[in-house]
Amino acid sequence: MTESPPPVVEMRGISLAFPGVKALQDVDFRLFPGEVHALMGENGAGKSTLIKTLTGVHRPDGGQVVLGGDEVAFTSPGEAQHAGISTVYQEVNLCANLTVAENILLGREPRRFGGIDFPAMRKRAKEVLARIGVHIDPASSLGEHPIAVQQLVAIARAIAIDCRVLVLDEPTSSLDAGEVAELFRIMRVLRDEGVAILFVSHFLDQVYEISDRMTVLRNGALVGEHLTADVDRRTLIAQMIGRDLGALEAIEDAAEKRHPDGPVLVHASGLGRRGAIDPFDLEIRAGEVVGLAGLLGSGRTELARLLFGADRADSGRLLVDGAPLRLRGPRSAIAAGIAFSSEDRKGEGLVADLSIRDNLVLAMQAARGWTRPLPRRTKDQLVEKYLKALDIRPANPDALVRTLSGGNQQKVLLARWLVTEPRLLILDEPTRGIDIGAKAQIQQLVTTLAAEGTAVLFISAELEEVVRISDRIVVLRDRRKIAELDGSTTGVDEVVELIAGGAAPEKVVS
Amino acid sequence: MTTLAPRVPSRFLPVLATVALFVIAFGVGSARYDGFASGQVIANLFIDNAFLIVLAAGMTFVILSGGIDLSVGSVVALSTMVTASGLQAGWPVSLVIVAVLLIGSTLGLLMGLVIHKFDIQPFIVTLAGMFLARGLCFVISVESVSIKDRTFRDVATAAIRLPGGVTITYNVVIALLVVAAAMHVLHRTRFGRTVYAVGGSESSALLMGLPTTRVKVGVYVISGLCSSLAGLLFSLYMLSGYGLHAVGMELDAIAAVVIGGTLLAGGVGYVLGGLVGVLVLGTIQTLISFQGTLSSWWTKIVIGVLLLVFIAVQRTMVRR
Ligand SMILES: Nc1ncnc2c1ncn2[C@@H]1O[C@H](COP(=O)(O)OP(=O)(O)OP(=O)(O)O)[C@@H](O)[C@H]1O
Ligand SMILES: [Mg+2]
Repeated sequence: MTESPPPVVEMRGISLAFPGVKALQDVDFRLFPGEVHALMGENGAGKSTLIKTLTGVHRPDGGQVVLGGDEVAFTSPGEAQHAGISTVYQEVNLCANLTVAENILLGREPRRFGGIDFPAMRKRAKEVLARIGVHIDPASSLGEHPIAVQQLVAIARAIAIDCRVLVLDEPTSSLDAGEVAELFRIMRVLRDEGVAILFVSHFLDQVYEISDRMTVLRNGALVGEHLTADVDRRTLIAQMIGRDLGALEAIEDAAEKRHPDGPVLVHASGLGRRGAIDPFDLEIRAGEVVGLAGLLGSGRTELARLLFGADRADSGRLLVDGAPLRLRGPRSAIAAGIAFSSEDRKGEGLVADLSIRDNLVLAMQAARGWTRPLPRRTKDQLVEKYLKALDIRPANPDALVRTLSGGNQQKVLLARWLVTEPRLLILDEPTRGIDIGAKAQIQQLVTTLAAEGTAVLFISAELEEVVRISDRIVVLRDRRKIAELDGSTTGVDEVVELIAGGAAPEKVVS
Repeated sequence: MTTLAPRVPSRFLPVLATVALFVIAFGVGSARYDGFASGQVIANLFIDNAFLIVLAAGMTFVILSGGIDLSVGSVVALSTMVTASGLQAGWPVSLVIVAVLLIGSTLGLLMGLVIHKFDIQPFIVTLAGMFLARGLCFVISVESVSIKDRTFRDVATAAIRLPGGVTITYNVVIALLVVAAAMHVLHRTRFGRTVYAVGGSESSALLMGLPTTRVKVGVYVISGLCSSLAGLLFSLYMLSGYGLHAVGMELDAIAAVVIGGTLLAGGVGYVLGGLVGVLVLGTIQTLISFQGTLSSWWTKIVIGVLLLVFIAVQRTMVRR
C-alpha cells in the first residue's frame, strides 16, 4: 500500500439530518485508490447514510464530495454509477421479478439490432458470476434464489463494470465462509488493479483480514481514521461503542453452566420434504437452545420452515407436547406457540411504512387472534420492554421502520416475534447485520429466554455464535442431518470438520 | 454455494391459463352454434376489437410499471372528436392523424409528470385526466359528428382478403403492428426491461442506477399515444366522433390486461397476454350474441366473474 496517490474520493464536512435524527455531522472521509477501506460503527452510526450521500441517494445538507479531484453533486445513483462508483447497498436491492442476468446487466446490457442481445447477456452474466464462484442459470428469475445467492448476484452486478470506486455495504451478511473467501479474492484482485474499495461489515475478523485502512463513525460523527495495522480490536471496539465491552465476555460461558431438562416441547420424527430436506428426527426441550449449523444450502432454513409450517412436510410427523400437530401453515404454528423470525426481513416480516409500535402490536394481536384485544397499557409496556431489551435506536416507538438503520430493523423483526411470547422461537440469522455490542445483547437475550423456559432453535452462518450459545448443535450437510452434538463440550473446529464433510463418523450425543 | 434452480415456467402460467380459457370459450361456441367455428368469426374478433387491442398494449406498459391509467377511454373519445371535427373542417388526413397522436401523447406526458413530480397516486391523476379529456370532447361539440372524408371512408371500408375467403380491415393490421412493436419495446429493450424493474421494486431500480423517472413518465406517454391511436381506429370503426364514445372502455382495457395475466401490482406480465385477454372478452361477447336471448349485459357479468377469478388466482400465485 503506497501513500503517494491522492485520494480518489474525498468527502469533507458532510452533514445530513433526517427529521428528528442527525444522521451525519461534519464527517470527513477519504478513499485511496488501490486500498480497501473499512467503514466501521455501530448500528445506526451513519455508515449507510454516508455511502448514500456519496452515491447521490441523499443530498448532504452541508459539506462537499470530491471525486478524482472534481467536486461532484450526484442527484441519482445512476449518475454516480456513470462516474465510476459501483455500489452494493445494504440489503439486496435487486428486482426479484427479473432474471439473474437482467439484474446483473440491466442498464449496460449488450445490444443488437436495436434490442437487448439476450444470448450475449446471459453469457456475460454467466462469466461475471463465475468470477465470484457462483454457478446458477442466468435465465432463472432472481426471486427463486435464497438471500445469499441474491447477495452474490448484487455483488456480481457491482463488479460487472469497470469502476474506480467499489462500495460494498455489508455484502457478507448472509454469506458463508467459502463465499466470503471468494469475495475477498476478487476484492484483492480489484484492489491490486487500483480500484478503491469501501467495505462495511460487522464481522471484525473480516475487517481485519481485508482492510488496509478504516474510518470509525459513532452517532453520525467521525471518531477517527486509522491504518488497520495500527489499531487492535479492543481499541476499535471501544471507539465504536464509546465504552469498554464487558457484556460480550459475560455470556461466553453462560451456556456451559446450563443443563436444560425441561419437558420435550417439540418432537419431529422422520419429518422431511423432498428437494428441501431429508427426513430428520429432532427433539427440542423447553428451555433449551438448539443450534443449527451447516453451509448455505445445507437445508438450515428449509428445516426451520418445516417446523413452522411455512412449507408442508411430505413425510414424518410433528409432536408438540406429545400430541401430533398437523401444520397447515404458519397460522397453525403460531397458534401452537411457534415463532419464526425469517432471514428475509425485507420480503417477510416487517411492514416498513408502519411505526415500530404498530409492527409489534400487529404481531401481538395476530398471535392472540382478533377476538381478544390486548389492553393498551399492556401493549405499551411490552413495546417498551423490548425496545429496551434489544436497545433499538432510536428508542422511539413511533419511528417508521423504513427509516431505521439495517441493524435496527433486524432488531425490530426480532422484537416482533418476542412480543408474542412464543414457546418455541426459531431464529434464522437473527444477528445478521447487527453490530457486536447488539449481538452480545441478543445472545444474552436468547440465554435469558431459555432460562425462562422458552425453547430456541438458533440458525446462524456464524459458527462461533452457534457453538457459544447452543446447548445442543445439529449439523446439516447436503440437506441431511448428519450429527447432533453436545454444545457444552463441542468446539468450533469439530463442527467445521463435520460440515466440511471430512469422513467424520456419525456421532450422537443426547 | 452453487444452486442450480430448475427453470420453472411459472411466470408463463397466467398467460397459458388465459389461452386455455380462450380455447375453451371458443370450443364451447363451436360445439353449440353452427357457423361459430369459422375463420371469419375469428377475424371479426380482431376487427371489432382492434382499438381495444391497442389500448390494452398501452395499458400493459402502465400496469407493469405499477401504475394505472383511467384516462384511456376518454382519450379515445377525444381522439374521435378531434378526428371528426378536423376532417369536417377540411384538414388533410395526415394532419388530423398527427394532431390526434400529439394530443394523446401530450396528455399522457402531463399526467406522467404530475404523478412523478408531485408523487400523487396514478389513480387520482389519471382520473382527473379522464374527466379533462371527456370534458374537452364537449368543448369541441356536444353533438355526434359524422365523418364524410373520402380517404378516411375508403380506408375504413377497405377489406383485405386473406386465404380462405376471410377478410380483415386495416384496423386489424395496425393493431397487430402495435402489438408487435409493444412486444419489442417491452421485452427486448432497456426501456422495456426497466419498466419491469420499476414495477418489481421501484426503490431497487433506483439504487440499481436505472432511469426510473424516464420510465415512470414514459409509460404514460406510451399509454396516451396508444389511446389516441386507438381513438383513430375507433373513428375508422364508427365513422363518427362523439363525446360519449368509449364510455367505460378504460375498464375493458384494464380487464383484458388483467385477464391476460398481468399483475395489477406491477412487474409481471406480457403484451401478448393483453391481446389474448381482449380475444377472451370478444369471444364471450360473440357467444352471448350467438345465444340470442341473453341480454348483452351478461357480457359484463361474465367479465366480472372472470376478473375476480383471475385476480384470486394471481394472489395465490404471488404468495406461492
Ligand atoms: N430515510 C431515513 N429517514 C429518517 N432517518 C433515517 C433514514 N435513513 C437512515 N436514518 C437514520 O439515520 C441513522 C443512521 O442510519 P444508517 O442506516 O446510516 O446506519 P448504519 O451505520 O448503516 O447502521 P447499520 O449497521 O445498522 O446498517 C439512523 O439513526 C437511522 O435511523
Ligand atoms: Mg447500514
